[in-house]
Amino acid sequence: MNEFVETLLELTWHEPKSSYDVVIIGGGGHGLATAYYLATRHGITNVAVIEADYIGSGNSGRNTTIIRANYGIPESIRFYNHSVDLYRNLEAETGCRIMHANKGLIWMAHTESGMRAERSRVQLNNACGVETVLVDPIEIKRLCPQVDLTGGGRYPVLGASFHVPGSTARHDRVVWAYAQGAMHRGVHVLQGTSVTGLLRDGDRVVGVKTSRGDISAGIVMSAVGGDVSTIAAHAGLRLPVRTHPLQAFVTNGYAQGLGPIVSSTDLLCYVSQTARGQMLIGHEFERESSYSRQSSFQFLQSCSLKMAYLLPFVRNLKILRQWTGRCDISADFSPIMGFTGVEGLVITTGWGTWGFKGIPAGGEQMAELIATGRTPDLIAPFALSRFAADHPMADQGSTGTR
Amino acid sequence: MLTIVCPNCGPRAVEEFRFGGELPQPPDRLTDDFDRDLDRVWMFTNADGVQTERWFHEAGCHRWHTAQRDTTVDRFID
Ligand SMILES: Cc1cc2nc3c(=O)[nH]c(=O)nc-3n(C[C@H](O)[C@H](O)[C@H](O)COP(=O)(O)OP(=O)(O)OC[C@H]3O[C@@H](n4cnc5c(N)ncnc54)[C@H](O)[C@@H]3O)c2cc1C
Ligand SMILES: [Zn+2]
Repeated sequence: MNEFVETLLELTWHEPKSSYDVVIIGGGGHGLATAYYLATRHGITNVAVIEADYIGSGNSGRNTTIIRANYGIPESIRFYNHSVDLYRNLEAETGCRIMHANKGLIWMAHTESGMRAERSRVQLNNACGVETVLVDPIEIKRLCPQVDLTGGGRYPVLGASFHVPGSTARHDRVVWAYAQGAMHRGVHVLQGTSVTGLLRDGDRVVGVKTSRGDISAGIVMSAVGGDVSTIAAHAGLRLPVRTHPLQAFVTNGYAQGLGPIVSSTDLLCYVSQTARGQMLIGHEFERESSYSRQSSFQFLQSCSLKMAYLLPFVRNLKILRQWTGRCDISADFSPIMGFTGVEGLVITTGWGTWGFKGIPAGGEQMAELIATGRTPDLIAPFALSRFAADHPMADQGSTGTR
Repeated sequence: MLTIVCPNCGPRAVEEFRFGGELPQPPDRLTDDFDRDLDRVWMFTNADGVQTERWFHEAGCHRWHTAQRDTTVDRFID
């Protein structure tokens, strides 16, 4: 047993109290990070995180762990860049080994229009202080010798943007690092407890109904991933969010090293190598909205085919496992954080297929919002009210490959 | 979900269709014009259960139809 698991065994689990200052629905990365930052940055520890299943059982334990800030609008670049910075210091801050690894990220383009998009991405990233550079095919080959520059004869690689800070971290360790940091400071994490409704006093939300009884709260935060519309409906709230499945799979070990994370903006698939040497491969989300976590053979076929065009060596690997998450895809492909217009209820959602990288900054900023009652500048552009103000944060091109 | 029944063409492979999303249905309690427009453009019921939705038979009759699907298990209701 390693040190990490030993410290987890020292955690104390609690019975629910009848009331907390803050109740957070959902024990994924965003819920737990918010609890952690409430405790560490603001001294607020009378907090419960309520999780229907086990913590990390949602998307936070199912993602492909890519961390990056190479977005296409300044508001997002700033936000994610801050999250990239927090990730860099997370091991030192929490004392938990989250296996953070800076690998760099190659975003390949196969068309002239794709190259144009990458050129403007590079300029905007640099203008916002984020290190992304344009690379030609020769440079791509140097960064990642395994790439077939002809794209299997069908998808010639014209160039790429190379995002220097692109990284990965072990997803369930991130979840547990935040849970442990919060619990050691007095936060209650209630696993196996599902929220079935919201307690109301007039229009105000004053607590939650759960499978283990009612719990009142000074403020309630929803951080339930793909289930957000169900929770919002309890408050009569309709959201610009649809739930779509997203699949991924992992192969057996590849004996050599794949240096950077490799992804194709035109083929909408991407790959990174895990610490065990396996290839972790993902794709665009399923086009039909659905709450089903059914994985499909059709996905394995189409995604492996595309990956084999780019990295022919994957043909010799075997697929070990596949799985599916349910993603809260927002209408403008950007997160939605903050006040909801319903008093007593704040929300963090719209994390879609891209929210693992946002866990540290999302948690930190939502904790500040809850503690101070004011929206921090960094997340003000991501308020739910942007839709009524006709000011969406549209950035689909940057989410295509997580 | 491998086939979809097109009202014009009968059962066809799902790949022939384009998903048009849930049918926008602003709730009756919204009476203000702006609120109804806002809801129609941006908001979704996103039901975990039966959803009324639009499908376009792209590789077939090129017509839209409305169908009901249980999104919890991803199965059409006939
Ligand atoms: C296959 C896949 C690959 C991905 N790859 C990446 C990537 O490479 N990079 C990236 O940045 N992002 C990626 N993502 C997205 C990322 O995983 C999510 O955006 C992120 O984990 C969201 O965290 P969360 O805490 O908001 O939600 P979740 O982790 O889903 O947590 C929500 C929790 O709420 C609980 N819950 C739901 N309803 C209730 C209820 N009624 N009562 C109590 N608890 C409830 C659930 O059980 C769940 O544990 C990927 C997602 C998937 C599925
Ligand atoms: Zn038809």
